[in-house]
Amino acid sequence: MNLRTFLLGTCSAVALAGLAQAETLTIATVNNGDMIRMQKLTDDFTSKNPDITLEWVTLEENVLRQRVTTDIATKGGQYDIMTIGTYEVPIWAKQGWLLPLDNLGADYDVDDLLPAIRSGLTIDGKLYAAPFYGESSMVMYRKDLFEKAGLTMPDAPTWDFIADAARKITDKSNEVYGICLRGKAGWGENMAFLTATANAFGARWFDENWKPQFDQPEWKYALDFYVKLMNDAGPPGASSNGFNENLSLFQTGKCGMWIDATVAASFVTNPKESTVADKVGFALAPDTGLGKRGNWLWAWNLAIPAGSQKVAAAEKFIAWATGKDYLKLVADKEGWANVPPGTRTSLYANPEYQKAAPFAKMTLDSINAADPKNPSVKPVPYVGVQFVAIPEFQGLGTAVGQQFSAALAGQMSVDDALASAQKLTEREMTKAGYIK
Amino acid sequence: MARNVSTRRKIVVTVVAWTIGILIFFPILWTFLTSFKTEAEAIASPPSLFFFDWTTENYHEVQSRSNYFLHFMNSVVVSFGSTLIGLIIAIPSAWAMAFSPTKRTKDVLMWMLSTKMMPSVGVLVPMYLLFRNTGLLDTRTGLVIVLTLINLPIIIWMLYTYFKEIPGEILEAARMDGASLSNEIIYVLTPMAIPGIASTLLLNIILAWNEAFWTLNLSAAKAAPLTAFIASYSSPEGLFYAKLSAASTMAIAPILILGWFSQKQLVRGLTFGAVK
Repeated sequence: MNLRTFLLGTCSAVALAGLAQAETLTIATVNNGDMIRMQKLTDDFTSKNPDITLEWVTLEENVLRQRVTTDIATKGGQYDIMTIGTYEVPIWAKQGWLLPLDNLGADYDVDDLLPAIRSGLTIDGKLYAAPFYGESSMVMYRKDLFEKAGLTMPDAPTWDFIADAARKITDKSNEVYGICLRGKAGWGENMAFLTATANAFGARWFDENWKPQFDQPEWKYALDFYVKLMNDAGPPGASSNGFNENLSLFQTGKCGMWIDATVAASFVTNPKESTVADKVGFALAPDTGLGKRGNWLWAWNLAIPAGSQKVAAAEKFIAWATGKDYLKLVADKEGWANVPPGTRTSLYANPEYQKAAPFAKMTLDSINAADPKNPSVKPVPYVGVQFVAIPEFQGLGTAVGQQFSAALAGQMSVDDALASAQKLTEREMTKAGYIK
Repeated sequence: MARNVSTRRKIVVTVVAWTIGILIFFPILWTFLTSFKTEAEAIASPPSLFFFDWTTENYHEVQSRSNYFLHFMNSVVVSFGSTLIGLIIAIPSAWAMAFSPTKRTKDVLMWMLSTKMMPSVGVLVPMYLLFRNTGLLDTRTGLVIVLTLINLPIIIWMLYTYFKEIPGEILEAARMDGASLSNEIIYVLTPMAIPGIASTLLLNIILAWNEAFWTLNLSAAKAAPLTAFIASYSSPEGLFYAKLSAASTMAIAPILILGWFSQKQLVRGLTFGAVK
């Protein structure tokens, strides 16, 4: 062997070893502001971990859900890290599709995670996904319109107050509507809002034996209340309004109140997007005096699919993206108002964050008030506030949502919508084996 | 034979044609205009048509967030590749069915069309498993294969219809002159069917370019074409209309330009045989 061959061989061996060490993580994620910001800040991670490169697959929420579900159910192995919601985590963990996150590092401080969020991601004492950003729901209202009508919003309003105020504020000739609520059919659209709201009215999806409860008076009261309120004080065509439609209406000054995700607070108070940025107040989601508020709980979380070959690298990334230092990094680069909310207790204790985000306290109170394990007044056999964490819920929720959306649009009566919801839920639950 | 058409009739027809044309074109124009608005202007009501602060901010944002060129190249490879392979298979098949039909030719044609009748999602899991086992997930090769298979029935049907218009006697004459089968197809049939082949080619490139079910479901980071690029700009929470419009404009621009330049061929091919 001459020197040249030897050198060549050594170089190749070194190059191959380098190739073998450099790991590429493919991360499937949802398209929202906080996730996009994270993609832009990944230089910080790759500079600390030069042996790891990142590839992003950013998709719209519904496309992402279909895509990652197909992949994990077939063990396709396309992704090393998946962004999933609180709905998927308990179902997938029970299926054995996710790896428990045991090695996030000594300084990760798992106890700092908000207890309500953490409990939704913990199964049998093990954390299966790390929350990247969390949200609840709350009331956003126009302080100027309330003042004009001589009303004062309490911090913790009742549904009766909300309905009364909505009717007083409504001025249809000037296109000002007292309240904007979701009406578009879908398990994550109107049913997220209605399932959570129904909890405050004492209604529940199923009793302890998985029997559907749409034939009970609580549901009739809740749905009747919602439909009448929206007919009197809601915008026209409300049955096709989801988050974004209501966001547009609120930002252009057409809604007196809007009850929706806490993440909306940063949009409606952003003067670049909103014409009412300096006139918005916040309050807890309303109740009916039964002890439960209709505020939901949702988080986007990072999880590692079982069977992944790159667990150590994936854990490193998750610890970076959901750790305390990441919050500081965002604050340094983009300001405290842009820090992903709703995951860590320490963030809400930070005076700088409190100053930058006027809605911080209300967001924290709303998240803390949500109880996914006891969502309604009566006991339930399921986990979830605005959803029921069973695999059948996506289909069921959307089918029931279509009935309720039709009731809102006036295509069927509230009674018919509930009867039809009851019938279809009974059929599906019997077929799925929940009802013997 | 030319007919006398009254001026009034001409005006009516022109107005109707323009109205329909503008109606069809309006969504694209609207997307284009929205892509130059800010997010706040994009949702403003009443919307402004031309009088707003034009900005290219959305294009900058899209450029900085996504690797447009990677998605664009994937789209080009996948749509052109699948269409060309489809044509290579379809020309001989359509020839066989048009010029030497058997008793079962009609059934075969119907059977091929029937594969288009099944909703794609029905075979998603088996296809995904096949792709996983053969290592084709997130590869351009995999997408080319699946799009070739999907569009093959349409290509064969279109070519079959065009070939039927060509008199069999011409091919017979070529055969009498001693042309072999391949020579007959390459030198006689294909040149005569060029308008038909060209429009089939263009239509299938457009179909493959816009195919958004399989390309989204079977790709991840490496082979994702422009459909995945667009899907990353829609969001259920937050304003995205202006950025989505910019992404859509960038995704449809290449195929729109291709269609513009080849519209003569396209129209000629699509109306081929309509007037006889």
